[in-house]
Amino acid sequence: MDRSKQNFSKRDYSAQPKANYPDYRSTILRHQGHKLVALPQTLADTKGPVFGHMDLGANDDDLIINYASSGKSAIGERILVTGKLLDETGAPVPNALIEVWQANGGGRYRHKNDGYLAPLDPNFGGCGRCLTDREGNYVFRTIKPGAYPWPNGGNDWRPAHIHFSIFGQGFAQRLITQMYFEGDPHIQICPIVQSIGDARAVNQLVARLDMAQSVPMDLIAYRFDLILRGPNSTVFENKTGGH
Amino acid sequence: MDSLDRRRTQPAQTNAEAPLRETASQTAGPYVHIGCLPNAADVRGIYSNDLTVNRILPNAPITISGKVFEGDNIICKDVMLEFWHADETGCYDNGIWHRSITNSTSGLFSINTQMPGKTKTGEGKWLAPFVSVWITARGINLGLLTRIYFPDHESVLHEDPHMNLIPESRRLTLMAKLVNGGYYFDIHLQGPNETVFFDV
Repeated sequence: MDRSKQNFSKRDYSAQPKANYPDYRSTILRHQGHKLVALPQTLADTKGPVFGHMDLGANDDDLIINYASSGKSAIGERILVTGKLLDETGAPVPNALIEVWQANGGGRYRHKNDGYLAPLDPNFGGCGRCLTDREGNYVFRTIKPGAYPWPNGGNDWRPAHIHFSIFGQGFAQRLITQMYFEGDPHIQICPIVQSIGDARAVNQLVARLDMAQSVPMDLIAYRFDLILRGPNSTVFENKTGGH
Repeated sequence: MDSLDRRRTQPAQTNAEAPLRETASQTAGPYVHIGCLPNAADVRGIYSNDLTVNRILPNAPITISGKVFEGDNIICKDVMLEFWHADETGCYDNGIWHRSITNSTSGLFSINTQMPGKTKTGEGKWLAPFVSVWITARGINLGLLTRIYFPDHESVLHEDPHMNLIPESRRLTLMAKLVNGGYYFDIHLQGPNETVFFDV
């Protein structure tokens, strides 16, 4: 089905974080005073940029080695992150670009503005990207990022997390989020996570240990499924209504 | 109770329980550049090319630049912006996409592109040319969507059905200015000149 001809269902804001959440200090000067203005969708929203394998390098989906010297690899718990990209009806989203970025095993980013005490890992860059296959599956290898402190006015630590950027089939599905790890006690006390008021929506950001996908003597697997906005069923009803 | 052996090999349950809802957004954070435009932010050696390099247009006669301001008129220097618009004929099949960051010193973002053509609503009404802009950064929990319109099309804008859904007093926040032959567009996240952001 060509989704680009359909509208997307309305965004469910109850599952989304609040724009103004003062416990996450940076939102104080960056949230909006006005309500969003609702617009009907057009092709500007239902179409979006398309990416292909020619956009990617051979090791883009392998953060363990994509910055490492020849024969070397990044330091940390070796993990495999895998899952499905689906829409809200459960239909797979194929050929979608997923970009990821993260801190190294000690909780330090390879970024000039990050001055945390933990050292850089000379063999870890911290980003990767891949395309979903026809069934919406994606997979990449990396190391588990460390938790790290951040300036938020107190003793604030981020749970270990991997940033995800996802392009769906329409620009209205564009999403940036973060993946957390099952069992991390920081999740419940992180203001960035808790800006989402809905416990089920928070739980949906937590990857599950996946023993079936783990590679013995090599990689611990985590399963993280991602859901994008689905097609608007009322458009379909209008088409068949014959009025 | 499952045997220990079974528990040690079983597949994970999905993190996304039915009924499925869109995954919650989280901030792109202050280091979005690493993931999205590492070379442009001097994070070199990870990707040979940033994603945008394959998207450079052979013919890009217009520039759009500007700054992003948070409250108290402070310039934001850690923002990522994406631009998406119809081609010159108004077609989205080969729609044009760009990504830019606000410069870490000046705060300026800039793209070279084509003037988009007029497009139509689902009901066949004409829409004035515009560029969709999606903004993410530290402190922005859910990406913000706005549009850039151009002073060249002022006459069309009066009849634009989307423009008529925006309170009149705020419409000018969506209008680029022509400065030294280029288009200039500032974005205000809050305050008296807050830019109009959309829910589509």
